[in-house]
Amino acid sequence: MRDSMGVEEISMNIAVLSGKGGTGKTLVSVNLAATAGESIYVDCDVEEPNGHLFFRPQDIKEEKIYVKIPTVEYELCDGCRKCVEFCKFNALAYTGKNLIVFEEICHSCGGCLIVCPTKALTEKDKVIGKIQKGVSRQVVVHTGTMNIGEASGVPIINKLLEKNKKDPNKLTIIDCPPGSACIVMESIKDVDYCILVAEPTLFGVHNLNMVFELVQLFNKPFGVVLNKCLKGENPAEKFCLERNIKILGRIPFDDELGRMNSSGNIVVRENEKYKFIFSSLLEMIKSEVQNEAASNS
Amino acid sequence: MKIAIPVDEKNMNTKVCISFGRAPYFLFYDTETKEGLFHDNSAAASTGGAGIKAAQMIVDNKADILLTPRCGQNAANVLKAADIKIYKTNNISVKDNIDAFTNGKLSLLEEIHAGFHGRGGN
Amino acid sequence: MKQLLILSGKGGTGKTTIASALIKLFNAKAYGDCDVDAPNLHLITRQNTKPIKNHYYGLPKAKINPKLCIKCGNCIQSCRFDAISLKKIYTVDLYACEGCGVCGLVCPRGAISLEPTIDGELMLYKDKEEVFSTAQLKMGSGTSGMLVTEVKKQMKSAAGDENFAIIDGSPGIGCPVIASLSGVDMVLIVAEPSISGISDMERIIKTAQGFGTKIGVCINKYDTNLRNTRNIQGFCEKKGIPFVGKIPFDSEAVKVINNGSTIVDIECASGVAVRKIHAKIIDIFKI
Repeated sequence: MRDSMGVEEISMNIAVLSGKGGTGKTLVSVNLAATAGESIYVDCDVEEPNGHLFFRPQDIKEEKIYVKIPTVEYELCDGCRKCVEFCKFNALAYTGKNLIVFEEICHSCGGCLIVCPTKALTEKDKVIGKIQKGVSRQVVVHTGTMNIGEASGVPIINKLLEKNKKDPNKLTIIDCPPGSACIVMESIKDVDYCILVAEPTLFGVHNLNMVFELVQLFNKPFGVVLNKCLKGENPAEKFCLERNIKILGRIPFDDELGRMNSSGNIVVRENEKYKFIFSSLLEMIKSEVQNEAASNS
Repeated sequence: MKIAIPVDEKNMNTKVCISFGRAPYFLFYDTETKEGLFHDNSAAASTGGAGIKAAQMIVDNKADILLTPRCGQNAANVLKAADIKIYKTNNISVKDNIDAFTNGKLSLLEEIHAGFHGRGGN
Repeated sequence: MKQLLILSGKGGTGKTTIASALIKLFNAKAYGDCDVDAPNLHLITRQNTKPIKNHYYGLPKAKINPKLCIKCGNCIQSCRFDAISLKKIYTVDLYACEGCGVCGLVCPRGAISLEPTIDGELMLYKDKEEVFSTAQLKMGSGTSGMLVTEVKKQMKSAAGDENFAIIDGSPGIGCPVIASLSGVDMVLIVAEPSISGISDMERIIKTAQGFGTKIGVCINKYDTNLRNTRNIQGFCEKKGIPFVGKIPFDSEAVKVINNGSTIVDIECASGVAVRKIHAKIIDIFKI
């Protein structure tokens, strides 16, 4: 596919990660997507999606996400309890009268159905969350939300990222959950590049190290954005310099930025100063992604 | 009547365990024979659904009553389905609680807390 | 043992900064870090001794014995977590495997077993003076709730007759938070005056109330958004939740923390505010 200048367009699926919450992942993801013109923003932090609070998307289309949960045909159940004994998650209990299924604990592995000798167990769909698609100016906003108490957000993230595959040539920013758990791994599986957001504190560096290990494990090209930069020593910067990690940009600590962001405003849409910071950052990222693609082809 | 109590150690002078699902042992006490049997609680090592597994154990050992300081929603559902009543312990002494119960001094456990979901998976 | 747990809901609110200061002010001899995904407290408390380490085993995970495997593919077909793939031999992705055991069920040759897997490390620092319990969960692991319980258990048993402990909790609102709340007497919620911060604070309060724990709320970096600060104070008043104080944004705090010290080790605005909170906690929670 070629753009208006006839230049070969490359896939730009970019994940934004951080080792801990509060470093500025959503600030960076939301504002990069907003500054890019046409783009797609995907919020994979399904336990606590925040991007939509900034974008306030319109024309929302919603889809429920299901997992399969066992259900009992009481007449067929003879109380043999093979299912209770098999279940590794303790999601089943037998009281002598009835088999009880604990839906929130069930991992939907399907094992109990296989061990049941009387075929008393079948599966039903259970809603665990939803995905929503809307627009905010030129940004298509995908939001995944997991219902409180559910076992895993992975099925929601899978659906979110699958929906997104229809537009492989638009810039896609994936706002990841914090940390390095399974849901983060799921979110970065198919991306072309990872942006690690780091804050200039001792804790920030410790946690930056976690996601640094993660992106290396997954062999993803990556760079770091230093957020909330103050004067004086920046341990996160030091960390990057020591390891030859590409620093994509520095966002200064700024009272006004902080206030706007904490009020749910998209700073690049409010102020030229921030628009400049993020569009420069975007240009740097695009050129890094292109370099990576070129060196891999 | 058979009473089940989550306990910290395998002797009658032990304390009542503050956790139900992850208590190291359960005491099953028969009020008629006045005999007590201690069982290891295999649920304590579970990564998740400990309350459910512990409740299943109480059901399987045919207890009529559970004395415990706390109980989660899921475990309570299992016990309720098996018609096992749950009473709230009023101090840490196992002997005191058994006496209090047989003298009708303990009340039913009213506050059932949300499941811990300290389970495996994500 | 009376336990004070510090929670925040959203990450990055300053929970560990405040926890470390309170540990100093209370002169707590027993403390723990329940943020097992990203433990930070040890960076400030800086122990002198080497820790006693113990492996933490999570859910056992599938292992395929290539000598018995006949490559029928039943396992791949029935695994709902895409955890098995055929490279040269059938292999299990330990990050994706949830330990359900279905592959073992459908294998016609019994080539698959569930093996204990190390999911993290427990660490206990103990000297004559104090006890510090912490842990690190391995990347990608999902069993953090149970590890949190182990950290607390380890702290309690090592602390002997210590009568007061402070626990730095995990961020979020999920299982590890609920595991932290179990058996705790008082919770200090560190709130951030932002939209997402407020929403998380409300969810944590609801959960803590379900446990009947005493709750107090403080606001960190309150002057970054005065309107939201007022909203939070109003909310606490309406719900009858003690408001124990507010801490201003303090660039000195960042410097102090980066040097591995607490905000009450030097004279600074945030330190002054935390001292007031310390006094209020003693008053309200009757420590």
